[in-house]
Amino acid sequence: MSDTLLAVTNLTMRFGGLTAVNALSFDAKRGNITAVIGPNGAGKTTVFNCITGFYKPTSGNIAIAHTPGTSLLLDKLPGHAITKKGRVARTFQNIRLFGGMTVLENLLVAQHNELQAATGFGVLAILGLGKYRAAEKAAIERAKYWLDATSLIDRADDPAASLPYGAQRRLEIARAMCTNPVLLCLDEPAAGLNPRESQALNELLLKIRADGCSLLLIEHDMGVVMKISDHIIVLDHGKKIADGTPAEIRSNPTVIAAYLGEGDDDDPDAPIAETLAAAQ
Amino acid sequence: MKHLVANIKDSLIVGGVAFLLFGPFLGLKLNDGVKGDLTLATRPVLLAIAVGLTIVARFLLLLWQDHRATRLPAAKLATSVAKSGKYIAPVLLVFAIGLPLVPGIDNSYIDLGVLVMTYVMLGWGLNIVVGLAGLLDLGYVAFYAVGAYSFALLSHYYNLTFWECLPLCGILAACWGIFLGFPVLRLRGDYLAIVTLAFGEIIRLVITNWVSLTGGPNGIYDIPHPTLFGLTFNMAGGPGTVSDFFHIDPDPSQRTTYLYYIILALALLTNWVTLRLRRQPLGRAWEALREDEIACRSLGINLRNTKLTAFAIGAMFGGFAGCFFATRQAFISPDSFTFIESATVLAIVVLGGAGSQLGVALAAMVMIGVPALLQDLQIYRMLIFGIALVTIMVVRPRGFISTRKPSVSLGKVKIITSDMISEGHG
Amino acid sequence: MAYALQQLVNGITLGMIYGLIAVGYTMVYGIIGMINFAHGDVFMVGAFVGIIVLTALTGVTSVPMGILAALLLSAGVCALYGFSIERVAYRPLRGSFRLAPLISAIGMSILLENYVQTSQGALERAIPVTVPGGIQLMNENGFVVQLSWMQIAIVVVTLVTLAIFTYIVTKTPLGRSMRAVEQDAKMAALLGIDTNRTISYTFIIGSALAAVAGVMFLLYYGVIDFYIGFNAGIKAFTAAVLGGIGSLPGAVLGGLLIGLIEAFWSGYATVAYKDVAVYSILAIVLMFMPTGLLGRNDVEKV
Repeated sequence: MSDTLLAVTNLTMRFGGLTAVNALSFDAKRGNITAVIGPNGAGKTTVFNCITGFYKPTSGNIAIAHTPGTSLLLDKLPGHAITKKGRVARTFQNIRLFGGMTVLENLLVAQHNELQAATGFGVLAILGLGKYRAAEKAAIERAKYWLDATSLIDRADDPAASLPYGAQRRLEIARAMCTNPVLLCLDEPAAGLNPRESQALNELLLKIRADGCSLLLIEHDMGVVMKISDHIIVLDHGKKIADGTPAEIRSNPTVIAAYLGEGDDDDPDAPIAETLAAAQ
Repeated sequence: MKHLVANIKDSLIVGGVAFLLFGPFLGLKLNDGVKGDLTLATRPVLLAIAVGLTIVARFLLLLWQDHRATRLPAAKLATSVAKSGKYIAPVLLVFAIGLPLVPGIDNSYIDLGVLVMTYVMLGWGLNIVVGLAGLLDLGYVAFYAVGAYSFALLSHYYNLTFWECLPLCGILAACWGIFLGFPVLRLRGDYLAIVTLAFGEIIRLVITNWVSLTGGPNGIYDIPHPTLFGLTFNMAGGPGTVSDFFHIDPDPSQRTTYLYYIILALALLTNWVTLRLRRQPLGRAWEALREDEIACRSLGINLRNTKLTAFAIGAMFGGFAGCFFATRQAFISPDSFTFIESATVLAIVVLGGAGSQLGVALAAMVMIGVPALLQDLQIYRMLIFGIALVTIMVVRPRGFISTRKPSVSLGKVKIITSDMISEGHG
Repeated sequence: MAYALQQLVNGITLGMIYGLIAVGYTMVYGIIGMINFAHGDVFMVGAFVGIIVLTALTGVTSVPMGILAALLLSAGVCALYGFSIERVAYRPLRGSFRLAPLISAIGMSILLENYVQTSQGALERAIPVTVPGGIQLMNENGFVVQLSWMQIAIVVVTLVTLAIFTYIVTKTPLGRSMRAVEQDAKMAALLGIDTNRTISYTFIIGSALAAVAGVMFLLYYGVIDFYIGFNAGIKAFTAAVLGGIGSLPGAVLGGLLIGLIEAFWSGYATVAYKDVAVYSILAIVLMFMPTGLLGRNDVEKV
């Protein structure tokens, strides 16, 4: 249950003179929900972008162990292979759906690589030959499974852009899950959700974990983080300042200082700090 | 009443602006003087007519705008057009197939059909790149030129026939599509447009200046016409000709009709491949690419391959069309492959509604067929074309058919309206 | 050496003209993010207004006065053209489908070319050399390096025009609102800047500059036709991109570089392929240095 799935070692990311992430190391365990929290500008999204291949780290390693004992370096893979070979999927802070395509099409695009392999370089499928028909059927079945799980099945034939905000968040998660990942990275999945939607999201994330996919999430909503995380990593100014279970983090004086200490009065993180303080 | 006064005032101001704009060009005329110098003539009547027309047009436009609130909303209209597409498409197809068979039809109309169909095919080919993959290509004529010159050169130097060259031209154009696509993979939007434009111009300039190979501005003559299972079309008749074999009188319309069906078949092939691909992972990946490149990457889609296949397949159909163009004209020169051609084909795609096969076909008929029918207005043809481009864009920025039909559905297919669809960044 | 010097002189003159056109491209691109495809044709319209004014004034006024009148009238007429083009073809499409303004601009370009062609004829129009003579810079074994009065005039007029333009952009309230709209049009509107008016002024100023360039081109080459806008337009756009699109000093720098490259390429390589050289530079710059020499880095946030 608790072997390491993702190992980040000495990750450093510089943009010109700015060091966004500085010699960061942490592990995410298989079957866990690992949360990365920290004040705005702490470097959380940068870490995500490094893990999912959108940025090339300045130095350091990111290794994933699909089965215990193996290791695959994500930072050596080209961007698009992270999903394919690395089996790491992600969502975005500002939702990125294919708005003009239907919900179902969004989920089929997510299964592009498997489907494309069944088309015989496109030629056989154009001629209606080969095993493409069966592959597409299987892909639709998988899409249906995640549509059920995200309660979007009734909207399957609607364009993604027409969905309400909360449903778009869920669709993005469903789409990421259709790539069949071992690790799902969620960038602020609860942002902008109302309490009821937030609750539904918690259940969805727990279901994903129960299905055998580990999760890594960035989140500001402490209600979500504290309730469902198995492990929390706290970043500040690109460095890890704490690491532990929700209970440990809640009572960690460094963390409280990071959230309360240097913040201005109009610090956007203030509500989080209050939540944190209240939770304590 | 007050409104009317305001409208009149507005129209008169516009008339004043028109007077200043048209004054130097319509009111005055440069002529060559006797001593090789220039002289100026005045044309007050022409200027007065132009300004007067502008005032009237402006006034009518204002009136129309006042009444527009009560009109059918554009979105509703678009959906109804798209819905009727189910019926329009088969009707058009029957019309296209039957056109040369209409008894007593004049050869020039079949010839016009060949021209329109060539642009339909080019439009469908470019539609893959622009409409589906969202990659803005302003140099599509390059592939048309590659196809045409490949056939012309292969037949000139190696005596290859049209049917032998057709696949080769497609393959060569596709290779050029990949070759020119590679460097522009990272570019987006207008930058991509301008680089593709530059590539198109470079290819034309190289063709123009490489006189020893291509004949330069003089072009290449005597490109063979296509044969029908080895039979040629010859006005003189004689052994080995179609007229001799079938014991009919030679007639120029026989060759035109044959050419017409070749280009019709090629265009329908383009359409068929596109429609099949749209329902496949590759086609969906293209559309996803148009919607959001970063999301595509996060789903493990290889952007490079996806873009290159779009460029290559689009270019391949351009190459086929070019090969056909060469065999139809029997003569090609760099003049046929200017930027205006690229702009025309792109305009057809955008006017039709990027991504819509039926829309592109309709746009090609309107943009190519109508001006060609206005023979009397030949010198104003391009002027009208320019005005039409601006007007249609202002009235319908997303083209005739801007809706999208999903490629797959669980239940009943619902047409997606244009406000949902993004136009791509590339 | 002398030959190179002559190419340098020619290149700088040509570069000044390209720079003036490039400023118009870069301003419009910076402020509404579109390639104003018709800009090259506004340049052509400017050259034609110039030739019409010069023809009308031949023998009526002195040559310098005639040139001044041509510059001012051409700038005025083209400013009106720029304003009208934006109102008719671009403003209704602002914020709409991204391909629409591009097609509209291409349509406007075709329209202008054919409007001038049908109204003034398709023939090349030539004027006699208006200002003959010049300074002899150098004489190397009989090869005379000539700096003509015309070239000096072109450089001076360009520098004066650019100085006025720089003053407008950096020192006046209009320039401030232009820069504000360029940074963030929505925010500028919220702060009470009339964005429509600002964009109109951008087109007016850009077109006036193109008109000055058009008259300069006419005086320098002496021959124009309705099609000069296309080539000059693409070269000026290349200049804008090379300098870094959105950057005004970049546009002038890019123009100079393109002018020099063209002059030296024609002088030392082949004249036939000089346009190929410029187009290749355009492609290479965009591929490897999309922000140009002085452009800003624009990174899309994930």
